Amino acid sequence: MAHMKSKSMFVVSSLLTAVMAVGGMAKAQDTIKVGVLHSLSGTMAISETTLKDTVLMMIDEQNKKGGLLGKKLEAVVVDPASNWPLFAEKAHELLEKDKVAVVFGCWTSVSRKSVLPVFEKDDGLLFYPVQYEGEESSRNVIYTGAAPNQQAIPAVDYLMNEVGVKRWVLEGTDYVYPRTTNKILEAYLLAKGVKPSNISINYTPFGFSDWQARVSFIKKFGSEGMKTAVVSTINGDANVPFYKELANQKVSAEDIPVVAFSVGEEELSGLDARPLVGHLAAWNYFESINTSANRSFINEWHTYIKNPKRTTNDPMEAHYIGFNLWVKAVEKAGTTNVDKVIAALPGLEVPNLTGSMAKVLPNHHITKPVYIGEVRADGQFSVVWKTQNAVPGDAWSKYLPEDKNILADWVTLNCGNYNKATKQCSGQNYK
Amino acid sequence: MRKSPPRVNGWILVVLVCLGSRAPLSAQSPNDANFLTQLGKLRDASYGDKEKIIEDLGASGYPNVRPVLRAMLEDRLYFRNSDQKVFLVKSAAQGDSTSLDLIDPVTLKSAGSASIENLTEIGINNHLRRILETTLARFGLSSPDVSVRLDAVLEIEKSLDDSNVALLRERMAVEKNSKVKKEIATVLALAALNDGSDPKALLNAIATLRGSLNTDVRNRLQGLLDRNPDGSYVESDAQVRAAAAEAVTTINHWRSFYSVIETFIFGLSQGSVLVLIAIGLAITFGVMGVINMAHGELMMLGAYTTYVVQLAMPQHIDGSIFVAIPAAFVVAGLAGVLIERTVIRMLYGRPLETLLATFGISLILQQLVRSIFTALNRSVVTPSWMSGTLQVNDALAITYNRLYTMIFTLMVFGALLAVLKFTRIGLEIRAVAQNRAMAKAMGIRSEWVDAMTFGLGSGIAGVAGVALSQLTNVGPNLGQSYIIDSFLVVVFGGVGNLWGSLVGGMSMGIVDEILEPYAGAVLAKIIVLVALILFIQRRPQGIFPPTGRASENQ
Repeated sequence: MAHMKSKSMFVVSSLLTAVMAVGGMAKAQDTIKVGVLHSLSGTMAISETTLKDTVLMMIDEQNKKGGLLGKKLEAVVVDPASNWPLFAEKAHELLEKDKVAVVFGCWTSVSRKSVLPVFEKDDGLLFYPVQYEGEESSRNVIYTGAAPNQQAIPAVDYLMNEVGVKRWVLEGTDYVYPRTTNKILEAYLLAKGVKPSNISINYTPFGFSDWQARVSFIKKFGSEGMKTAVVSTINGDANVPFYKELANQKVSAEDIPVVAFSVGEEELSGLDARPLVGHLAAWNYFESINTSANRSFINEWHTYIKNPKRTTNDPMEAHYIGFNLWVKAVEKAGTTNVDKVIAALPGLEVPNLTGSMAKVLPNHHITKPVYIGEVRADGQFSVVWKTQNAVPGDAWSKYLPEDKNILADWVTLNCGNYNKATKQCSGQNYK
Repeated sequence: MRKSPPRVNGWILVVLVCLGSRAPLSAQSPNDANFLTQLGKLRDASYGDKEKIIEDLGASGYPNVRPVLRAMLEDRLYFRNSDQKVFLVKSAAQGDSTSLDLIDPVTLKSAGSASIENLTEIGINNHLRRILETTLARFGLSSPDVSVRLDAVLEIEKSLDDSNVALLRERMAVEKNSKVKKEIATVLALAALNDGSDPKALLNAIATLRGSLNTDVRNRLQGLLDRNPDGSYVESDAQVRAAAAEAVTTINHWRSFYSVIETFIFGLSQGSVLVLIAIGLAITFGVMGVINMAHGELMMLGAYTTYVVQLAMPQHIDGSIFVAIPAAFVVAGLAGVLIERTVIRMLYGRPLETLLATFGISLILQQLVRSIFTALNRSVVTPSWMSGTLQVNDALAITYNRLYTMIFTLMVFGALLAVLKFTRIGLEIRAVAQNRAMAKAMGIRSEWVDAMTFGLGSGIAGVAGVALSQLTNVGPNLGQSYIIDSFLVVVFGGVGNLWGSLVGGMSMGIVDEILEPYAGAVLAKIIVLVALILFIQRRPQGIFPPTGRASENQ
């Protein structure tokens, strides 16, 4: 009996498969393929899976509206497994084999650097949604996350002008994003007249947990009579023991505030936020910002993911903006041809979730408002400060002496790295 | 729209009732309606306005100002959206709370509950937090509790203005407790330094402050020695300058002394973590000679056990650790016995295969945990008695979690030694380790002893996991980050010697802490590793070489 049943099940299922395959083939002829290049396993899976779901949700939404140019969108999801060389391979696969029209993907800077040559060689289009260290502008990438002047510099300005901070601890994880960001911040602080003895820079490895000595140092550094703040580019789960140790050693946000660039709603959802109350984060989006666009985005997300407790965060908003920009550019160009879409992108504007407009600049970065939020006990942020207008992203920092003369402009100069002084374009591969 | 007429009438009624039943407590008659109007203003005040309102409330003398401000500081002050009334709530909102228990600000009695959607928190920022703390500290000065008074004095020290100084003087006159008195004297002397132009008063203040280790005192005294841009001293009196210089030297001397002690304690605490993760391995690797790459994952199992135990007893987080320790021992121990019986048993005498097989097991265990608990880190709550600091003096403080970890390590170490020395199973373990054939001839079931030994080592790894859950993130990768360290400690200390692991772990911790401030965390680790390699080159047996028959076997 059981045998019979399983046999009939097999027949039914194979029939179903056949039908689906035929249907799938019929569909494949008139769809636009959208590549999703986010790690679904390994260390970065925690953060990147959410972004994959965000893109899938946006595609779903667009298809409900009737698709794009009369065609349905079809997601091609690959898993680069937090493995940086695999990112390049998977990108190659998406562009060469699946012939996707656009790719949404990457989180860490090292994964972006890894896929960059592939996108440039195969002439693909990548939307990169995470805040990063800048110093880059590629013809084939649209940077929808924050450049340092859209996150780090305004945060330091806030601490300097509103909180009156005089001494600075730049604490980071030991890799390219914190090191470059801190290099820019150090140059900025020195230019603002902060003495070198009032800046302390330190790096710790990924996943560091023995914070007692470092926090004790920060406490001493901050007790010498000048208002002190910590600018944290600590990334990943090293943050949890760091904040725990701060609370244990009674370093409170009123005495020594910590402003973080990599701690958002999603990171806080996994831990008890009470010891962190009052510490700061700088982002271009907070879930708690009360606009109708944001409310409906959060609702949509909760319905799509079928979990009303899931948080939204800044890189998700970046994908929201990036996806809408791409849709608008395709509509404007009337084709998904990458060259025409890239030509159509600069100057396009779409609304972001916080009530202003995101505009693509000639340097392939976008305009973003900057918000400073204080951690609340429920793991959300209350906004305590924001920039008046959306800030245009700088590909090259004006505070680094070696970058002062470098311009990125894909509209008039057609170059991501143009030297004003020598009037030369060194192509995309700087240095 | 803020005040609709019928409600005001209602409040007037309440006020009349209250006035009838309550005698005024201060000069300005504490009038509940006024109090509520003031509170009501908090609803749509900007941060700047809120500051003003808090200060007004603090000076007003209404009887319930203190609990209300305390609630505001603790994120427990809300207004109800439906009628815009201000309420305190019993406990602050958690991520998963849907409704909150309300408390009436006037009567301080329970006023039912409301769903979280119907409530809006009256938000504060860091600046307001500071103001609230100072305001509350002014109330705290007259608290009957000595520790509250002490905290209040320390809090007021951060914002010394004339009114606060006057308040401290008043308190000084009636204060009985010597500790509080001493603290107030320090703060008053500090205040005297701030506005002192009279050399005599300054000298007196410096004399009071001489023994203090407080950094504010040091900074202020240092300020007396500053020079103006034209080269002249800020403080004109040479006698005052000399006294200040002497006091600063003393303070700096003592602070650097305590900072050496602090480094030493940090080293011991880091060392005790190393010892804790290594002693389980000292049994499996040291005594049995099994290279168990899944040792870290057994610790991870212990950490996850702590998490599960906390889930099972959410009302008793403070006691959960005491349940988690035996539970983790059993869970990890059983996993260890299972691994030994199914895999390692087949591979005795083949170290390379054992290494590869156990590495495979470690991956399986990681994926298992990922499938059950997801790849996200789990948050293990630190019991209240384990958070905070033991403040020895102004210059030296030890966090409780580190202190307990040190004590716990020594306890586990002692217990393990006792098991090996004084119990039958310990005797059998040692016998099998020394000479398997002879032990078998004596009637010891060596296979059973192997399983028990491995189970014991694994169980201790599980117990170490409980401690790690308090110090680091509980996630699937927890074990990986500690496995190398634990092997290093065992090899450094001398394979098969528990005392070696203790001394080895502690000295590695101390060296690491001494190097870290100069070299940074990454370089310090590298230096320790290179030094270890050189040491083992010179002395392959480690600090305590195995002696007797056991060494011949190896």
